[in-house]
Amino acid sequence: MSQQVVAGTAGATAPAVLLRTAARRRADWRRRRLVLLLMSPWILGFSVFFGYPLVMSAYLSFNHYDLLSSPRWVGWANYHYLLRVDPQTWVAVRNTVWIICVAVPLQVLFAFGIAMLLARAKSGAGFFRTVFYLPALAPPVAATLGFVYILNPATGPLNTILGKLGIQGPLWFQSPHWSKPALVGLGLWGIGNTMVIFLAAVLDVPQHLYESAELDGAGPLQRLRWVTLPSVSPVILFAVVLGVIQGLQYFTQAYVAASIASGQASQAGDTLNALGYPEDSTLFYPVLLYQHGFNDFQMGYASSMAMLLLLVSFAVTLVIVLNSRKWVHQAVPR
Amino acid sequence: MLAVANHSLLIAAAIAFLAPFGFIVLTSLMTTNQALSAHLWPHPFRLRNFIDVFTTAPLWRWTLNTMLYSCLATIGVLVSSVPVAYALARLRWRGRDFAFLVVLIALMLPPQVSVVPLYVMWAKLHLVGTLWPLIIPNWLGDAFSIFLLRQFFLTIPEDYLDAARVDGCGELRILFTVVTRLAKPAIAAVALFSFLYTFNDFFLPLLYVGENSHNWVLSIGLAQFRSLHQVQWNLTMAATLLVMAPVIVLFFLAQRAFVEGVTLTGVKG
Repeated sequence: MSQQVVAGTAGATAPAVLLRTAARRRADWRRRRLVLLLMSPWILGFSVFFGYPLVMSAYLSFNHYDLLSSPRWVGWANYHYLLRVDPQTWVAVRNTVWIICVAVPLQVLFAFGIAMLLARAKSGAGFFRTVFYLPALAPPVAATLGFVYILNPATGPLNTILGKLGIQGPLWFQSPHWSKPALVGLGLWGIGNTMVIFLAAVLDVPQHLYESAELDGAGPLQRLRWVTLPSVSPVILFAVVLGVIQGLQYFTQAYVAASIASGQASQAGDTLNALGYPEDSTLFYPVLLYQHGFNDFQMGYASSMAMLLLLVSFAVTLVIVLNSRKWVHQAVPR
Repeated sequence: MLAVANHSLLIAAAIAFLAPFGFIVLTSLMTTNQALSAHLWPHPFRLRNFIDVFTTAPLWRWTLNTMLYSCLATIGVLVSSVPVAYALARLRWRGRDFAFLVVLIALMLPPQVSVVPLYVMWAKLHLVGTLWPLIIPNWLGDAFSIFLLRQFFLTIPEDYLDAARVDGCGELRILFTVVTRLAKPAIAAVALFSFLYTFNDFFLPLLYVGENSHNWVLSIGLAQFRSLHQVQWNLTMAATLLVMAPVIVLFFLAQRAFVEGVTLTGVKG
């Protein structure tokens, strides 16, 4: 009797457990299907627009390929030519390193300085913030065009004004020594995004930290050094990483400035010789990659340049982020 | 004293930031000859430049192509990125952290790295010269938008979603009603950024439609403007101003979404 009861209950629970696990499995399956459904655009997008081209780039970088005939395996020849033979590679690398090392620190400093000024403004902060943000909105092609005109050596407004002050203005985009500084100026004009982020971070610093520092006898400079800077250091890191990544991709401004300035000089508007104008001083790595890939249609060679760029981007970002542990203040997660 | 110094520095910097706009506006109102001289103030004012621009260059066609690219791409980004961001932020599943890491890696991948094989792919599909290579990728998720939306979705309190679940809402309905309504500011910011990005984009249009002037967008047309109209700096500056205008108008219409979006990428990221 008792056995029967036990058996009975066992018999009753077994299907129930089975039912429950089946129900759970069904729920699991439905859940997985939901995730798959929601993720499907990205799964497809990542495979087609990141995964495939990445693998293909790596493959093409070992081939000679001109789009017309099928790829021909050449081993490391592209890399050898890129790093050992092609004199333009190192010109482009030097220019890119130059623009990153000069523009990124200047932009961070500039954006931080303006953010500090704005944070202390007694009145009109909203108006000034809008003024400093506006240039960042200007489409890069339009902004570059405006700068090439304003910095026009002979009749441009800037050199005209400098001339009235008795200063002989430089040749800007027409001079291999001044073309990169002119591009840095263009970059500083468009500092708005970084400035807004810095401003938010500066305003986010708890007031009581300043007060207690002041009680301890810290002057304005010491408060800046020991209160403000540590608090905004994560944002500085963000700006530096973003600046370096953007520097490695620097293309539009250099391309447009060179083609407009060279067209002005030759009156012919021949864009093919324009890349890097004047005298390869604006030949940045992505510009050279564009020239090899899409002017000369050396797809294999351009791919080897792309792989090198990928490697350097990752290495540089990794180095910055790892080193940052030393100087970025680790906030307690809120 | 310190406040005065602070304010005068701000005013000086503001003048420096506004000056380029000022010079562009002034030059756009000059005569052709005057724009080639060293005079700074237009004499006489030539408002006709803004009419002449439309007759000397197919500005309407470029605008139409730009709108086609920007609008279709922006809709695509929203439709494809919102669900992905939701799955990454609010659903629990194995491999989720890894999937998010992949998004982050895609975010920092230079576009130049993948551009060669993609160009070959579009060339084989005979779509080079059309706007499709610019539009289609946006319909399959955009890493930056996914990242930004995920960060925002994380801040939505679970209680709201649970309340909807208790009411018998399925996850899909929660996403399309509750979440999208709560995440309006983030969705607006993503739409804005995506529109701006495509409006300003130069590299990809140069690759894919650079050879086919029928499909030029504003950024390409503007870059070619000077070589088409050699010495007419006044018209060039008028065109430059017209290309800047929509973005600046958009900014004043949606200032809050802008600033919120920019801060969202930096501080909360």
